[in-house]
Amino acid sequence: MKGMTIIVKTISSWVKVLIFMFGIYIIIFGHLTPGGGFAGGVILASSYVLLMLAFGREFVEENLSLPVASKLDCVGALLFAAIAMFGLFYGAACFFWNFIQAEYLADKETAFRLISAGTIPLSNLAIGLKVGASLFLIILVLSTFRPDVSVKEKE
Amino acid sequence: MTVPLPIFVAVPLATAFLLPVFAKRGKAVATVLANLATVSLLVMALCSIGQTRVYEVGRWSIPLGINLVLDGLSCLLLLAISVVSTAAMLFSVRYMEQYTAKAKYLSLFLLMVGGMNGVVLSGDIFNLFVFLEIASIASYALVGFGCGNEELEASFKYMVLGSIASTFILFAIALVYGNTGSLNMAYISKAIQGSGLNAGLAFALSLFIVGFSLKAALVPFHAWLPDAHPSAPAPISAMLSGVLIKALGVYALVRVLFNVFGISVSMGWILIILGLSSMVAGAFLAMGQWDFKRLLAYSSISQLGYVILGIGLGGLIIAQGGNLAWASLAILGGLFHLLNHAVYKSLLFLTSGSVEMSTGTRQLKQLGGLAGKLPFTRAACTVASASIAGIPPFSGFWSKLILVIAAVQAHFYWIAAIIVFVSLCTLIMYLKVQRYVFLGELPENLQQTKENRGSMLVAMVFLACLCVLMGLLVIIPALRNSILEPAVKVLTDGLEYSTKIIKL
Repeated sequence: MKGMTIIVKTISSWVKVLIFMFGIYIIIFGHLTPGGGFAGGVILASSYVLLMLAFGREFVEENLSLPVASKLDCVGALLFAAIAMFGLFYGAACFFWNFIQAEYLADKETAFRLISAGTIPLSNLAIGLKVGASLFLIILVLSTFRPDVSVKEKE
Repeated sequence: MTVPLPIFVAVPLATAFLLPVFAKRGKAVATVLANLATVSLLVMALCSIGQTRVYEVGRWSIPLGINLVLDGLSCLLLLAISVVSTAAMLFSVRYMEQYTAKAKYLSLFLLMVGGMNGVVLSGDIFNLFVFLEIASIASYALVGFGCGNEELEASFKYMVLGSIASTFILFAIALVYGNTGSLNMAYISKAIQGSGLNAGLAFALSLFIVGFSLKAALVPFHAWLPDAHPSAPAPISAMLSGVLIKALGVYALVRVLFNVFGISVSMGWILIILGLSSMVAGAFLAMGQWDFKRLLAYSSISQLGYVILGIGLGGLIIAQGGNLAWASLAILGGLFHLLNHAVYKSLLFLTSGSVEMSTGTRQLKQLGGLAGKLPFTRAACTVASASIAGIPPFSGFWSKLILVIAAVQAHFYWIAAIIVFVSLCTLIMYLKVQRYVFLGELPENLQQTKENRGSMLVAMVFLACLCVLMGLLVIIPALRNSILEPAVKVLTDGLEYSTKIIKL
């Protein structure tokens, strides 16, 4: 049987949901509480690391395959760049201009609400996606590493 | 036309992340998109000639926010980066067919371009470090792109030494921040002018010199370059030798020394000694090489010495309070040589890639007599060799001539003599290349060699034309005043940089 014992598997399959949700919470509330895209993304990736430890790499790869994770990684980066670029097309026409705050939330009292701070929560989402996917990819690639045996065989 | 400055960074970065989405099926689409990105960067760089602008990202004013600065020096480097990356990207279209994972290659290439553009545009020293790391990490991966044992070893060596350099630079930035309370280069410069150079700042300055010299591969710090540059695929060698060591090493070093800390007599001498030792040692080491690309890599060290020597000589004259005209002339020579070297060295690396692709080897002793088989590659290689050796109508002659005139006028006759001597050594090593690659007898196994046509040829012809025409940059006053003079002015103005940037 692949992976660890049934006890570890059962517990980690419950805990992973909690960790994943905590990661999402950290990302979404990034502009209000400590944390944000990077910290939340690391937590998202760590829920997959827990699965990888408990169930083995193959199980995780079925769940979230390498090409899909790679695409998510690119999409995260693209979203972040797109949010920054959108600033160029609005009022102040400036890169990274917080256009949602300036154009749509300008006269509303929104401080400390979930929907506030304009583009910052959106950027956090993009960073969370990017960091989560790329950290997951790094760990997946490190765990698939095998020493190159073909060189020794030739000698 | 005013291009928003972050576009120079955002376009290559966004395209880089767009490309892997196409996966295997969209290789042609990815190639076209990547070429479009580099060509559009070239057009935008041409549109920005002669402008001096400050861009505050997200409307946060300095020193709170991050600013991007376009001035003469940045513009010169932007031009060099976009010209070389356009040619190298065009060359890759055909050349990279020998490798797998072309989309990944293209996106790493664009990441490197984006990082370099960021380094030359950033007005914030920590941002400069971040972009420097983006460009460096992309280049570590690209050096090992072939995934052979030799490539991986070179890439690892490059990564270790490159990381040491980055660590030095990061330490120096931390020290500067601790001593001046600012990360914006203009404000740091102002704080240093106010308080003078204390022990912490002096230590930071020495860390900067070591870190950036490691990135630029000047002679005591050059160990990684002769392994890393030949191991990379040819277009990447062209990018690394052509612009990466200049944007990350020379530009950053010169910016920090001249505009942030202010040039002093001792710093001038340090630059001159680094330059002279690189010139002489690089030339001697290059002459003994029998690997085509390794010879070119050593020659890069030697040529970079000219750039640093010219700028250092100008800095020394300024610091000694000498005639500003000769200082400007020396710096003009150095910067013009930087631009020339970017063009002809990348052309030489591209021709070496063309020879390697046709014959399967780059050992000079196994080649020969290819003049008839590879006529276009041969012509391009001869133009570039003549240019780098300083034969009159070609571009290299003018920059070396300016350097010699400046050295003589400033009464450094021995430096002028060394410049001429190293130029002679350069001629010898490129005659060796011509003799062993294109002349002599054609070996039996190379009878079937075919010329590379299509995009590779276009890229080589484009750079060869530039090699011939670049002399016009100093001869025609209008061109000189719009491209080279503003860059020289940034350096001769020195510490006035800070007041200018804060005012804008």
